[in-house]
Amino acid sequence: MEEETKYNKLKDIIKVYLPEDVSVDAIGLESNFISELNINSANLVDIVLDVEDEFDIMLENADMDKMQTVKDALGIIDAKLEAK
Amino acid sequence: MDHSHIIDQLPYAEPFLFVDELIAVDENGAKGNYTFCKDSYFYKGHFKDFPVTPGVILTECCAQIGLVCLGIFLLGPEASKGVEIGLSSTQMEFLLPVFPNEKVSVSSQKIYFRFNKLKCSVKMHNSQGKLVCKGEISGMLKTHTYA
Repeated sequence: MEEETKYNKLKDIIKVYLPEDVSVDAIGLESNFISELNINSANLVDIVLDVEDEFDIMLENADMDKMQTVKDALGIIDAKLEAK
Repeated sequence: MDHSHIIDQLPYAEPFLFVDELIAVDENGAKGNYTFCKDSYFYKGHFKDFPVTPGVILTECCAQIGLVCLGIFLLGPEASKGVEIGLSSTQMEFLLPVFPNEKVSVSSQKIYFRFNKLKCSVKMHNSQGKLVCKGEISGMLKTHTYA
């Protein structure tokens, strides 16, 4: 899967959970889920569960702790896809 | 099996404890009951001269029995350190009113418990076995991280 495709798929997942006052354009590689995109920890869990379904991977608690930014999430997705 | 240790670990007290009895709890769900005492404070204002149990209180009862009791069970012995709870979402439908002194039973089914988030479907029935309300409730649950 190309990086661009992965990024777009991830963006499509994230945008569902953005609060009303944050626009889709605010999503960038360096965006921090909680402090910049204003996504709460409960919705971050939903994002992780959607990512697991979309990419057919499984995340662990340690992955969740590392997942601060969009870039972190892409890195975790890459690592999991590679390990498959 | 006696589940009173789970009730003892609930972080609620009067007038905001809405669990009398936990009848069953396992990996997949919980079942318990509660009787709404006619002297409860909210009947004084909901409604004026016509006491009906508020929907938010029914939701709270579903959350305490269905989500929090189940969560304490799922956390296991660790929960004895105390639990931190944050309700994250509720989506409920209400079908019948619950009047003062009515006994209700709540049952829940776990949808998932991952990364500290527990999501359940819940149902509340009255003493005639009729469905009072149903929905989905989620919360973040973890054991105390401080001493």
